[in-house]
Amino acid sequence: MTLTSVSLSRRQALKGASAFALTLVAAGLLAPQAHADAKMVEEAIKKLVKGTPEEGKIKLDLPQIAENGNTVPVGFEVDSPMSKDDYVKSVHVFAEGNPSPDVASFQFTPACGKAACSTRMRMRGTQNVVVVAEMSTGKVYMAKQQVKVTIGGCGG
Amino acid sequence: MANVKPRVRVPKKAKKGEIVEIKTLIEHKMETGIRKDKKGNIIPRKIVNRFESRFNGNLVFSSDWHPAVSANPYLSFHMLADESGEFEFKWIEDGGAEFTKKAKMTVS
Repeated sequence: MTLTSVSLSRRQALKGASAFALTLVAAGLLAPQAHADAKMVEEAIKKLVKGTPEEGKIKLDLPQIAENGNTVPVGFEVDSPMSKDDYVKSVHVFAEGNPSPDVASFQFTPACGKAACSTRMRMRGTQNVVVVAEMSTGKVYMAKQQVKVTIGGCGG
Repeated sequence: MANVKPRVRVPKKAKKGEIVEIKTLIEHKMETGIRKDKKGNIIPRKIVNRFESRFNGNLVFSSDWHPAVSANPYLSFHMLADESGEFEFKWIEDGGAEFTKKAKMTVS
């Protein structure tokens, strides 16, 4: 008598546990951590920049393969006369496979002489890096490159 | 914060009209806000979120950073040398703490 009651309660307990796990999945709590994708990057670009980006004008300096996702060198140069009437206003860097699409924004003035920067970023895994440049004339340019990452760098 | 140390490399002399390269680095952990400690608690975000570079008081270049910028953020950029003067570099951390560094450049 006692044996059956024990096994019953164990079964019930298991049932209860699995049902609980199912609700967790349904609530998205156990789903893998969400990360940005191409669509989120598009939305992030729309938020920051007016106008449709065209290809060209931007030269990227990114590795094809990065061994360590914690520090991936990112560099860019935007072709512009950097005069008072025609200069690069800002450049935005986005990542398609990180927990958040935004990486960094840079604001230039004609006093910069040249719209080129280099920095280092974190990458969760192999993904595309998107760079968008906004000119003072209102034109928007875009460049994209894939970087293969051997070890991701988002700390767990 | 004793462990935050800004470093800057600027040419001491430049010719008028020359485009000089400025290299900066600030020692900072850039805590992303998505990492967890051993007990499973999220470590709160603490990053340097903005960098500003001024020359003789005028803002020349600035940058906004998100958690995807690596620890010890390195940044290089350029400036057109026009007159002698002083650079002022400023890094702003989450919470508003500021770190500054100055450097002089003579233009001939």
